[in-house]
Amino acid sequence: MTKSELIAWLAAANPHLYQRDVERIVTTIFDEITNALAVGDRVELRGFGAFSVKQRGARIGRNPRTGESVQVSEKFIPYFKTGKQIRDKLNSGS
Amino acid sequence: MSGKTVTRAQLGQAVYQEVGLSRNESAELLESVLAEMSSALARGETVKISSFGSFSVRQKGQRIGRNPKTGEEVPILPRKVLVFRPSQVLKSRINERMRPVVPPQE
Repeated sequence: MTKSELIAWLAAANPHLYQRDVERIVTTIFDEITNALAVGDRVELRGFGAFSVKQRGARIGRNPRTGESVQVSEKFIPYFKTGKQIRDKLNSGS
Repeated sequence: MSGKTVTRAQLGQAVYQEVGLSRNESAELLESVLAEMSSALARGETVKISSFGSFSVRQKGQRIGRNPKTGEEVPILPRKVLVFRPSQVLKSRINERMRPVVPPQE
């Protein structure tokens, strides 16, 4: 499923809404999550999961081709922890 | 980092402010989106949200685990797990704001 398929599904389920509003709804949801993470906030959606930002410290990396050492500066990565409800749903079938 | 937690309430509020619908309907639409994503994942589909990331289901095989308290061996049954791969756009958004003053070397 892609974002456009998600939008198409939501539009079909809500025929009273304009297509452009449905697009804005879906876009707003992911933009808000992105904005929250960009300022270091956590986003917790009970049942679905929680998004947070984890810090990776600076380290000495190595160029695998030349073996040369390179300084890798610290960075932040988005992290998603699956919610209990969806985890159970994935494993209920088989 | 401000360390706040954003929940459904704030996401629903953002949808409410963005589109001219009632608060109630905005919250319901947010719920529909999450429910539909969950259903697609439960069917084994990958959910790809451009410029955000993709969610996919990975099958894990059985392995032997150990109860850390008693040292007892217990089998961990085969199961499905959800993995999120953030997009390049999301990764760079997170790093640009949190590390504004590191000039790139080279």
